[in-house]
Amino acid sequence: MANHTHVQNPKVDVQYRRKKNAEEMKHQIVSFTLMIFLTLIAFFAVGYEGFSAWFSVPFILLLAVVQVIFQLYYFMHMSHKGHELPALFIYGGVVVAFVTIWAFLTVVWI
Amino acid sequence: MSTLARKKGVGAVIWDYLTTVDHKKIAILYLIAGGVFFLLGGLEAMIIRIQLAVPNNDFISAGFYNEVLTMHGTTMIFLAAMPLVFAMMNAVVPIQIGARDVAFPFLNSLGFWLFFFGGVFLNLSWFLGGAPDAGWTSYASLSLASPTHGIDFYVLGLQISGLGTLIGGINFLVTIINMRAPGMTYMRMPMFTWATFVTSALILFAFPPLTVGLIFMMMDRLFGGNFFDPALGGNTIIWEHLFWIFGHPEVYILVLPAFGIFSEIFATFSRKRLFGYSSMVFATVLIGFLGFMVWAHHMFTVGMGPIANAIFAVATMAIAVPTGIKIFNWLFTMWGGSIRFTTPMMYAVAFIPSFVIGGVTGVMNATAAADYQYHDSYFVVAHFHYVIVGGVVFALLAGAHYWWPKMFGKMLDEKLGKVTFWLFFIGFHLTFFIQHFLGLMGMPRRVFTFLPGQGFETGNMISTVGAFFMAAGTVVLLANVVITTVKGKRVGNDPWEDGRTLEWAVSSPAPEYNFAQTPLVRGLDAYWIEKMEGKKGLTPAEPLGDIHMPNPSILPFVISLGLFVSAFGFLFHQDHAWGTPVGVFGLIITLGAMFFRSIIDDHGFHIHKEEVMEAEKKGAGA
Ligand code: HEM
Ligand SMILES: [Cu+2]
Repeated sequence: MANHTHVQNPKVDVQYRRKKNAEEMKHQIVSFTLMIFLTLIAFFAVGYEGFSAWFSVPFILLLAVVQVIFQLYYFMHMSHKGHELPALFIYGGVVVAFVTIWAFLTVVWI
Repeated sequence: MSTLARKKGVGAVIWDYLTTVDHKKIAILYLIAGGVFFLLGGLEAMIIRIQLAVPNNDFISAGFYNEVLTMHGTTMIFLAAMPLVFAMMNAVVPIQIGARDVAFPFLNSLGFWLFFFGGVFLNLSWFLGGAPDAGWTSYASLSLASPTHGIDFYVLGLQISGLGTLIGGINFLVTIINMRAPGMTYMRMPMFTWATFVTSALILFAFPPLTVGLIFMMMDRLFGGNFFDPALGGNTIIWEHLFWIFGHPEVYILVLPAFGIFSEIFATFSRKRLFGYSSMVFATVLIGFLGFMVWAHHMFTVGMGPIANAIFAVATMAIAVPTGIKIFNWLFTMWGGSIRFTTPMMYAVAFIPSFVIGGVTGVMNATAAADYQYHDSYFVVAHFHYVIVGGVVFALLAGAHYWWPKMFGKMLDEKLGKVTFWLFFIGFHLTFFIQHFLGLMGMPRRVFTFLPGQGFETGNMISTVGAFFMAAGTVVLLANVVITTVKGKRVGNDPWEDGRTLEWAVSSPAPEYNFAQTPLVRGLDAYWIEKMEGKKGLTPAEPLGDIHMPNPSILPFVISLGLFVSAFGFLFHQDHAWGTPVGVFGLIITLGAMFFRSIIDDHGFHIHKEEVMEAEKKGAGA
């Protein structure tokens, strides 16, 4: 019902917005390339005989975290203004989930 | 198009409520449905207490006792306390923040109907082979062995109603983040709105573990899974963890709104600004956060080992600190105020010592070593009833009296209100205080009778007498509601005369669109500020204009009905050939209704400026 989300900018802004968009496009392409690269590395880490599972599993998890951050910040615009609350909730959820799992792994052991 | 002030037949009223997306009407639906389930849970409590009045009683059988006990706990928590909290939130929060409705009115209605059908489904177990009987916690080692379909009703019913709760919580989060009136900064939000905000966040994080646990249990019981069966390689303790990762935040989901309600009442009837507002906000957020770190205090005797027990004990005790902050803030709010002992204020004042007792026994329970003595005894029953009844139920009763005029336009009778209060207050302490000692003397919890000559007779008799006092209080309350509805006089905007927050600036009940003009909020206690400057109404933040409203819709009802039908099918799919087809059919109803919701373009309608002006002239008491 609310229609207050997007107020069309006046014409004078067009130039500025073009530049902004171009910049953003560049970021997206760079991070997209990086993501594909990271995926390739992940495949490589699993395929390469020299790495034991003790290295490759945590390593892939780390790559996954990086990918999630790319996804959130460059493709879902979390770096833009006005996303503080979603960020707060995401990090809140991450902390709660992390502490819970951490408790299981360190003190509870089910 | 608008439905303002028009007389309607019974059928039209029912249709109106089935299709409504108005938060004020949904509040009434929650109040009625939650109220009925509260009476049902109360009836079950009375059966329990009658059975336990004397030793070796055979009022009901052992097996039936287990069913009544389980349904009492489950009903009270999921079908009475939760929806009544949602009733208060729906009735008040949108108006308190100066909004015209919640962010997603359609989802609001969907949340209600999911809860409703889940609750009805759970209770139909009484007629379809037996109710669940493994306690409200439904520990897997018990519930997997339960021979009837009771547990399946529990699993599917709670799954459906839990979905409704989750939807409701998300809706309030978005509403409070996005729909605040101009000037209503976070640190100007009324305390009840803050409590609703934190509670909704807890719902968002706490309900998914329950959902997962219920799915596992459903797999194990209905679809041949073995998550919890050790004989097949499962682990029965996983259920306990999942349940309590949800269950402990759940108690804060209930009690934080209670704190919010009391904060409003203390400030209003002390005619003072809430003492230490920012520390109250801080304490609420901190309690919400810490609430996720303590679930294993319910499992000290499971055998997690001394390190885990010690850590969870300390984490639990830490919560006493922000809670203590709140208690002192309420006391200091009253200090030096010009106090009026209205019915809501009496509940508020009585809440403090009652809740403190519950808090103290809570810290006692948290002392892991000592808990080996208290665990599964009546001491625990006394503890959680002190926080749940002394905190949550007192708050709901107080809130009902406080906001009744805002919801229905008529004041509940104060004399009868006080009679209810005293009966309930005395009955509550009679029932539960003695149970501390019964527990310390060794009376186990969840046992259908006790033997003579062990010293339990007097205590149990006193406890049962107390329960009858509470029942009497409830009857007086019902009479009060009927009398008020029939004979009560219409009241104006601010019937308590000391209202501080925005809901008291609009007529009682509020018009469909809440505010003819969105108000400009100039501080905490926005309405009080305007009153102190000698103004009658709020400062508007926009010119008078057409108001856009959402259309009513029957689809939420149909979506929920589909899940209800589906649950029946899958519940019986192992016994009857029609089970699976009915289950699938129900899902088709649900998905079909969702499909229609997606393709129908629904733009809502407008209430025109002239209609608004006319309604304001007629409706506003001021
Ligand atoms: C108002 C009067 C009430 C009375 C007289 C009452 C009485 C009782 C009794 C006798 C038990 C059984 C204890 C046992 O055998 O272990 C019980 C259990 C319980 N009650 Fe209440 N109760 C009342 C209100 C409530 C309310 C308002 C709630 C929650 C909102 C509640 C939640 C529970 C729960 C969760 C259990 C545990 C059930 C279980 O062990 O599975 N009770 N109550
Ligand atoms: Cu707990």
